[in-house]
Amino acid sequence: MSDSTLHILNRGPNQPDLLQHLLDAMSEGDQILLIEDGIYWASEHFAERFLLARPKVLAADAEARGLTNLSFETVDDGDFVELCVEHRRSVSWC
Amino acid sequence: MNSFLIISRCAPYGSAAAREALELALACALFDREVAILLLDDAVYQLLPDHNPSAIGQKNLAAMQQSLPLYDVDKIFICQSSLETRGLVTEALALPVTPVDPQGLKALMRGYEAIINV
Repeated sequence: MSDSTLHILNRGPNQPDLLQHLLDAMSEGDQILLIEDGIYWASEHFAERFLLARPKVLAADAEARGLTNLSFETVDDGDFVELCVEHRRSVSWC
Repeated sequence: MNSFLIISRCAPYGSAAAREALELALACALFDREVAILLLDDAVYQLLPDHNPSAIGQKNLAAMQQSLPLYDVDKIFICQSSLETRGLVTEALALPVTPVDPQGLKALMRGYEAIINV
């Protein structure tokens, strides 16, 4: 297991400071997963904020909210579990 | 899990979040776990000196804060930019704190087994 962190973000553009802290806290090899209201960050409008990071998006939450034209790859609940297992630690930014 | 980083982002008294973060830190310490606190955003207001919440019917958080060193919770980190945007300096705060910049934040995240946002 690599010494990496899964950063789970469940708040939307209402809380820009939260995304900034998450991005500041990221090291190489870390992964972002956008869930719940966090999926709104996956819209094309915000894509540049993530620079080189390639967040993953929980499909059910994006579908539920009708967000299409996602800039990033979606994952299902099984992938969510795998992401948690693959990373040494996970942190929920909420 | 033996080491915990507790992240607090809320000002005191407006919600229970600040108290809950302190309670969690003390609980970790009671079980002899290594624990550190990181204050981000409005949480930097938790360390203003001279709280007096009696008129709003709440318990003063200062007593709990001052008990942290007694339980060996002496690692309190604070976001440098959160301080600056609120016009605060570390010298004016109620406890000794270590300011962190984004580079320090990255290192902090890797130094703990569990990271909890309260």
